[in-house]
Amino acid sequence: MAQRTPLYPQHLAAGAKMVDFHGWDMPLNYGSQIEEHHAVRRAVGMFDVSHMTIVDVTGPEAKAYLRHLLANDVAKLQVPGKALYSAMLNENGGVIDDLIVYFFSDVSYRLVVNSATRDKDLQWLEKQAGEFDVAITERTEFAMLAVQGPQAKEKVSVLMSAEQHAQVSELKPFVGVQLDDLFVATTGYTGEAGYEIIIPAEQVGDAWDKLLKAGVHPCGLGARDTLRLEAGMNLYGQDMNEEVSPLAANMAWSVAFEPADRNFVGREALEAQKAAGTEKLIGLVMEEKGVLRAGLKVIVEGGEGVITSGTFSPTLGYSIAMARVPQPVGDTAQVEMRKKMVTVKVVKPSFVRHGKAVVSA
Amino acid sequence: MSNVPNELKYASTHEWIRDEGDGVYTVGITDHAQELLGDMVFVELPEVGDNVAAGDDCAVAESVKAASDIYAPIAGEIIAVNEELEDSPELVNNDPFGDGWLFKIKADDESEVAGLLDAEGYAASIEED
Repeated sequence: MAQRTPLYPQHLAAGAKMVDFHGWDMPLNYGSQIEEHHAVRRAVGMFDVSHMTIVDVTGPEAKAYLRHLLANDVAKLQVPGKALYSAMLNENGGVIDDLIVYFFSDVSYRLVVNSATRDKDLQWLEKQAGEFDVAITERTEFAMLAVQGPQAKEKVSVLMSAEQHAQVSELKPFVGVQLDDLFVATTGYTGEAGYEIIIPAEQVGDAWDKLLKAGVHPCGLGARDTLRLEAGMNLYGQDMNEEVSPLAANMAWSVAFEPADRNFVGREALEAQKAAGTEKLIGLVMEEKGVLRAGLKVIVEGGEGVITSGTFSPTLGYSIAMARVPQPVGDTAQVEMRKKMVTVKVVKPSFVRHGKAVVSA
Repeated sequence: MSNVPNELKYASTHEWIRDEGDGVYTVGITDHAQELLGDMVFVELPEVGDNVAAGDDCAVAESVKAASDIYAPIAGEIIAVNEELEDSPELVNNDPFGDGWLFKIKADDESEVAGLLDAEGYAASIEED
């Protein structure tokens, strides 16, 4: 049977359509995923992300271990609570997972990794730990809520004291703070301002109910996918996987080649790929009727590629996609849709930020 | 669970038809079908004047999840399409048996209607899914 998060009863009470998501029984939507999408862009929505895996890395060599393990460099993290996005690569430079690492001190970090990749991630973390003096501890006692949208800052006040809320309101992007039982971070997967909140499992139902009462809209996996795609954020397993280089997945910005003497897992392979050139992840927009979908063939100047994620963008009113293609790319691409070739526009893979379009079709 | 009105006839491919008199039938997709598809984003309708055979794919309902062909339940001529769906495809989700209708068809042979499922038969068919 599929696993359930502590919020399962809340999902049913809110009328969720539940689906199996990599072994978890999760809400797809609570009626209309487009309304949920708009709620996040225009007001505020909340997502149960308790299925995600939280792993604490502690010990005298925590920092050295993570500098070995991750393509991004945790030495960049100086301020307690600061977060960093990184790929975790195999020796061939393929992406095992993408994750967020929070810095508490040089001997204490927290990773949040994908649920679909939990087992292989934990195995990899243990395997790479090798000689490092670190402890790797999964924190299954926590649930996780994402509260996202322009009103998120105001609405999370129902979960904390006035003093704590003042502190949360001051947080810069991509940083977290521990407030009694809550760990509140200014991270998310929507392209809007908001928070991801790690909270003891037994308290999350109460937190959900308070947010619901405050007018925060429950949002399911459907809206989560259209929001992240509009924001140009990758989905592991779709836009990249163990066969794909981060350089071919619009993640080069998260690979720290400097300092040159940091020998992280996959570095050698990436340097060779960088020298040889890789495919590229691009954005596509299509104003005509129809929806670009994952798996469709894409032709650019350099040859044939594939749509990795595609959807109807509720904010823009037309279809958007991400595609991995050979270079050079050109300004337009041809997509094979329902037995005919359609010309679509090539853009950077970022479509909507803070409620506003950043592309035009 | 899904609403299956008694007065309509159904195709196993999830279209409903309503007898409007004079051999004219309104066609739409069922509540069950719209639930399966999720939020509708585009509906491609046939042209008025098209002649269709029973089982022809004559329209496309494209949702956030998938593009789904819609089949003519009976043969005939398309005499009207629901132009509201151009700007408001969500009508198919909100009111599948009412404002979310797709097209009207003038039957070539009204006896074809008898071969479709009644509400009980359709309800049984979707329970098996």
